[in-house]
Amino acid sequence: MSVLVFLENWDGRFKKLSFELVSYASKVADMLYSPVIALSFGQVDASELEKLATYGASKVISVENDLLGTFDEQAFAGLIAGVAQNTDAKVLVLANNNAGKALAPRLSVRLKAGVASGVSKLPVSTEPFVVYKKVYSGKAFANILIKTDIKILTLAQNSFELVESPKPFVCEKSAAGPDGSLIKTQVKEVQIQSGKILLTDADIVVSGGRGMKSPENWAPLVELAGLLGAATACSRPVSDEGWRSHDEHTGQTGKIIAPNLYFAIGISGATQHLAGISSSKFIVAINTDKDAPIFEAAQYGIIGDALKVLPKLVEAVKEMKSK
Amino acid sequence: MKVLFCISNVPDTTTKVKFVNESKKLDVSGIQWVINPWDELALTRALELKDDAANGIQSVTVAHVGTVGAEPTIRKALAIGADDAIRVNTEADDAYTIAAQLAEAVRSEQFGIIMCGIESSDHNGSTVGGMLAEFLGCPSVTGVSSVKIEGGIPVIVREIDGGKEVLTVSAPFVAIVQKGIAKEPRIAAMRGIMMARTKPIKVIEPAACESLTEVVDYEMPKARAACKYVDAENAGKLIALLQNEAKVF
Ligand SMILES: Cc1cc2nc3c(=O)[nH]c(=O)nc-3n(C[C@H](O)[C@H](O)[C@H](O)COP(=O)(O)OP(=O)(O)OC[C@H]3O[C@@H](n4cnc5c(N)ncnc54)[C@H](O)[C@@H]3O)c2cc1C
Repeated sequence: MSVLVFLENWDGRFKKLSFELVSYASKVADMLYSPVIALSFGQVDASELEKLATYGASKVISVENDLLGTFDEQAFAGLIAGVAQNTDAKVLVLANNNAGKALAPRLSVRLKAGVASGVSKLPVSTEPFVVYKKVYSGKAFANILIKTDIKILTLAQNSFELVESPKPFVCEKSAAGPDGSLIKTQVKEVQIQSGKILLTDADIVVSGGRGMKSPENWAPLVELAGLLGAATACSRPVSDEGWRSHDEHTGQTGKIIAPNLYFAIGISGATQHLAGISSSKFIVAINTDKDAPIFEAAQYGIIGDALKVLPKLVEAVKEMKSK
Repeated sequence: MKVLFCISNVPDTTTKVKFVNESKKLDVSGIQWVINPWDELALTRALELKDDAANGIQSVTVAHVGTVGAEPTIRKALAIGADDAIRVNTEADDAYTIAAQLAEAVRSEQFGIIMCGIESSDHNGSTVGGMLAEFLGCPSVTGVSSVKIEGGIPVIVREIDGGKEVLTVSAPFVAIVQKGIAKEPRIAAMRGIMMARTKPIKVIEPAACESLTEVVDYEMPKARAACKYVDAENAGKLIALLQNEAKVF
């Protein structure tokens, strides 16, 4: 019996999300008195793989095969399902990102395993297997009973603390590739934006809404984000207007994020916006309208003009950093 | 090529949800039901593809698993421009049963492109599209922000962490679509609404299928602590609070 956790890598490296996944899998495994097996696809150095043992993986299976160069969802799912069967996995843990969203449902059908997506907490109980998850875009939560022998959980990013529980590093290399006949997608081009902190990875996010008035006003917001090592984001109308790029749009129909700290600057806090940010640990609202709904979601608020407040925040952060 | 898109019938996104039956069921009183926002954008893109004759799209079909109560939402999709509809006549159970029913209903119909939204705004599962693809044994592409047809071949843009990939895929396939797939959802014009009344909805009785998961009960979010205000004139104080009280830096 095992808990199997699937890991992507980014140019041969893992990121915080990867270790969140292993930490989570390892806590679930404790509840089931079973070991965690980490499954990594693609070329990753031993020193990087070893980090997975630090977070509780009893064994790391590292698969290197040329056919894994293209993320073909059907072929990947087939290969993972095979490993799940060989390792007698009772719980599979994946990230609730696009890769996890692609693989979890296919694995569900292959393994006849119930899925709960976007979980952020450990199972409520394992007999019966009940997990707590966000529904209605954060307006409610549900306890979901998974009735099948094998369970699949996808973990929301930034929702589970890293926990070290070091195990001896045991690595099994495998060259077994996916079934090539299943590969029906061909990647022609990859465009990666480098040097920018990814919104979904960021611990701090500074976000602006229509209350920022015009795209020229963004400079102090961007400066604040830069000083804090934060990512920048925006509300939907702002990206619709072309004031900011589309990949900054957060909310129901944009990115769903859970940073430690979210600055909502000139954002009214419409329910569709909150759907993307309500899992943030702290929300700061800056708004001229004292009745704006964003203040109901926020822990800290400033009632005032963003354009006057932002320079003051920039000064204060500079002062904090100079100490 | 025929296009299929699958819709979820969901409460309007501004709905304040409430639960009844010891928090086991959604209180549906007063809810306005709509096409799930993503699915509406999928429909919009499907119609855009069909508008350009060069793409060779013969028809755009909407599929839904649900009871007769969902027909107004299906009619709305027909009014926006879908040609016909398939409804599997059963209470939607979990994502697995929905996907299984859809697969049974469409398996023999030779759809080339099947579109699903990346997430349904009710259970936020992100699973039906991928499950459907696996049931049908065809490829899926998840996180799709563009679908085009170039020289008869589907060309897809898939969003990945920090970037995008352009890829080709062989039909039939399932595109699981997200932001970017279409700009604004198309809305129904008067003529469309009139025409929708006579467009066919094929009703199919469900296949035998058991759910893999069920909702035990719902809970409302815990109330957040009340907002602490900092005076705008002394905005800098906020940074000190974030550092010393919230301890975020
Ligand atoms: C199906 C659907 C999906 C949607 N999805 C999303 C989504 O994913 N994300 C999203 O963001 N929205 C989404 N929306 C739109 C959403 O309903 C709101 O319209 C949107 O979030 C409002 O953006 P905003 O807060 O920037 O603008 P507004 O609502 O116009 O708010 C601007 C705010 O700025 C304040 N303000 C004005 N001047 C200043 C100033 N000088 N200083 C400080 N504050 C000031 C105002 O008091 C106001 O509160 C969706 C809508 C629908 C119907």
